[in-house]
Amino acid sequence: MAEYIIRRVLQALLVLTVMTLLVFFGVNVIGNPVYIFASSECDQACLSAIIADLGLDQPIWRQYLTFVGNLAQGDMGKSFTHGVPALHLIFERLPATLELAFAALVLALVVGLPMGIYAGLRPDGWGAKLVMSFSMVAFSLPVFWIGIIMILTFSVQLGWMPSVGRGDTVDLGFVETSLLTLDGLHHLAMPAFTLSLIMMAMVIRLARAGMREVMFTDYIKFARANGVPERRVLGAHALKNILIPIVTVLGMEFGGVIAFAVVVESIFSWPGVGKMLIDAIAVLDRPLIVAYLICVVFMFVTLNLLVDILYSLLDPRIRLGGGRA
Amino acid sequence: MSTATAPAAGSARDLTRRFLSDPGAVIALVVFTGFCIAGFGAPWIAPQNPYDLRQVDILDSLMAPGSESFTGMTYWLGTDGQGRDMLSAMLYGIRISLVVGLASGLLALAFGTVVGLIAAYRRGWVDTVLMRIVDLQLSFPTILVALILLVILGRGVDKIIFALVVVQWAYFARTVRGVALVEGARDYVEAARGLRLGGIRILLGHILPNCLPTMLVVATMQMAMAISLEATLSFLGLGLPPTRPSLGLLIANGFDYLQSGRYWISVLPGLVLLAIIISVNLLGDRLRDVLNPRL
Repeated sequence: MAEYIIRRVLQALLVLTVMTLLVFFGVNVIGNPVYIFASSECDQACLSAIIADLGLDQPIWRQYLTFVGNLAQGDMGKSFTHGVPALHLIFERLPATLELAFAALVLALVVGLPMGIYAGLRPDGWGAKLVMSFSMVAFSLPVFWIGIIMILTFSVQLGWMPSVGRGDTVDLGFVETSLLTLDGLHHLAMPAFTLSLIMMAMVIRLARAGMREVMFTDYIKFARANGVPERRVLGAHALKNILIPIVTVLGMEFGGVIAFAVVVESIFSWPGVGKMLIDAIAVLDRPLIVAYLICVVFMFVTLNLLVDILYSLLDPRIRLGGGRA
Repeated sequence: MSTATAPAAGSARDLTRRFLSDPGAVIALVVFTGFCIAGFGAPWIAPQNPYDLRQVDILDSLMAPGSESFTGMTYWLGTDGQGRDMLSAMLYGIRISLVVGLASGLLALAFGTVVGLIAAYRRGWVDTVLMRIVDLQLSFPTILVALILLVILGRGVDKIIFALVVVQWAYFARTVRGVALVEGARDYVEAARGLRLGGIRILLGHILPNCLPTMLVVATMQMAMAISLEATLSFLGLGLPPTRPSLGLLIANGFDYLQSGRYWISVLPGLVLLAIIISVNLLGDRLRDVLNPRL
């Protein structure tokens, strides 16, 4: 067990190192950051001063080590446009994104699970066909387009839903949330639904496939033969077993959801980190871009690691089989 | 799959007939071919060249579909914020979206196939290392990888194609390796070995042709995904430069006017995008049913 965890942690560290290398060399070596600081009448002496100030006169491997050293201390430099530490900005905006992603996750489970289970129990009915068509459409259509159509329908034409911002928030002391006000939930509904579509499609497919497989197993037959009520057979025995792959996939997909939040936040002007990234790219705020990318990758790698470790605790075949399938 | 007992392969004519027996697939094929003709014929079909400033009049901006310009030209699908004819802009947009989708799909197919065949042929540690890289690549969400690459590389047709190839090749590599391993264990390969044919010759002349049906199905599905992803990234302003507007960029331009009720600027290119993605997906579905590969 310990050996498996150590191997996975090392693998995660390797991925992180590769990603910091990629992001560092990508953002700092391609293109010259000096010209962002330098004014137009900056002469050679002034340019050299800026280069020395940024540490660009150092050999490239030393620059990278400095970058990693600062990173380990949580220092990702100051945002050019905001003038405050980039990490600070990210933590300020992250709750809005996490709230959106969390709402989408809950929505995907609450709506997708019953639909998938229904489709799995009656795979030939028209209801199942409807559910599966919905899942295919949600999976293959571009998410941003669905968001635009929702804004056009519910905000512009019908005027029912707000299409911009977060609405009223409640300050919980350490974090602000729009989950606790009616106005906030009203604002959250459309972005969260848009973001949840891909996950929902995935939950539907997994639940349907799981249901079809599980219903033919011996323990379900045995439970039925023992006179266990159908409701308990489904709710306790079948559900538990189809949930394992769903939870795993959702856990691994969460990083993708955070990345997809960039799209949804841009459409609905949701003040999260994704919107901030797009704004930062527009004004070439490099420290902020680097900080965002590193944070998302870090979050993603950590989540994957946690899912893998949790999974190996739940299912001994994984850690004994060596490596992941 | 309902027709599990159906033969996996047949004559080309037989396959074509089976493919065409589904009306949905025929409609999808017609729609997709129509868009290809419209897109690649854009310079000859389009009423104006929307990126030639001499032909565009800013005074004609934001006109509703069907309006007439001062010079007597009818804008059947309206105009955008810069006075460009939407029909022409969309035709050019279709072309760019299709080129990006096809080019990235084919390049990813080529690269993934080479990697997959090498892994299946060499086995052992080469296989292990290559498949580890594939696993790692697949464990990252496509949108995240594409986002990171484009933030670093900037905008451009070549750059978005590169990013799409990076996020797609692993699917092809894994699929090709899987099929090649299965095919490699079959009798005809054994027979070819018995004839003392060289390994490379067996791989390219015998195993590869038998991987083609599967590759075709995966390539179709991946192309739909690539077009969709390109549109998403362009919508965010990360994909193509404003000088080469794809459908996604047209939708993004129109998004600014959505609140004022000028829906046509983003809805029309969006509908075309949907039609392309859905038709390619339907074609892929039908191909999978007809070719019946062991995915």
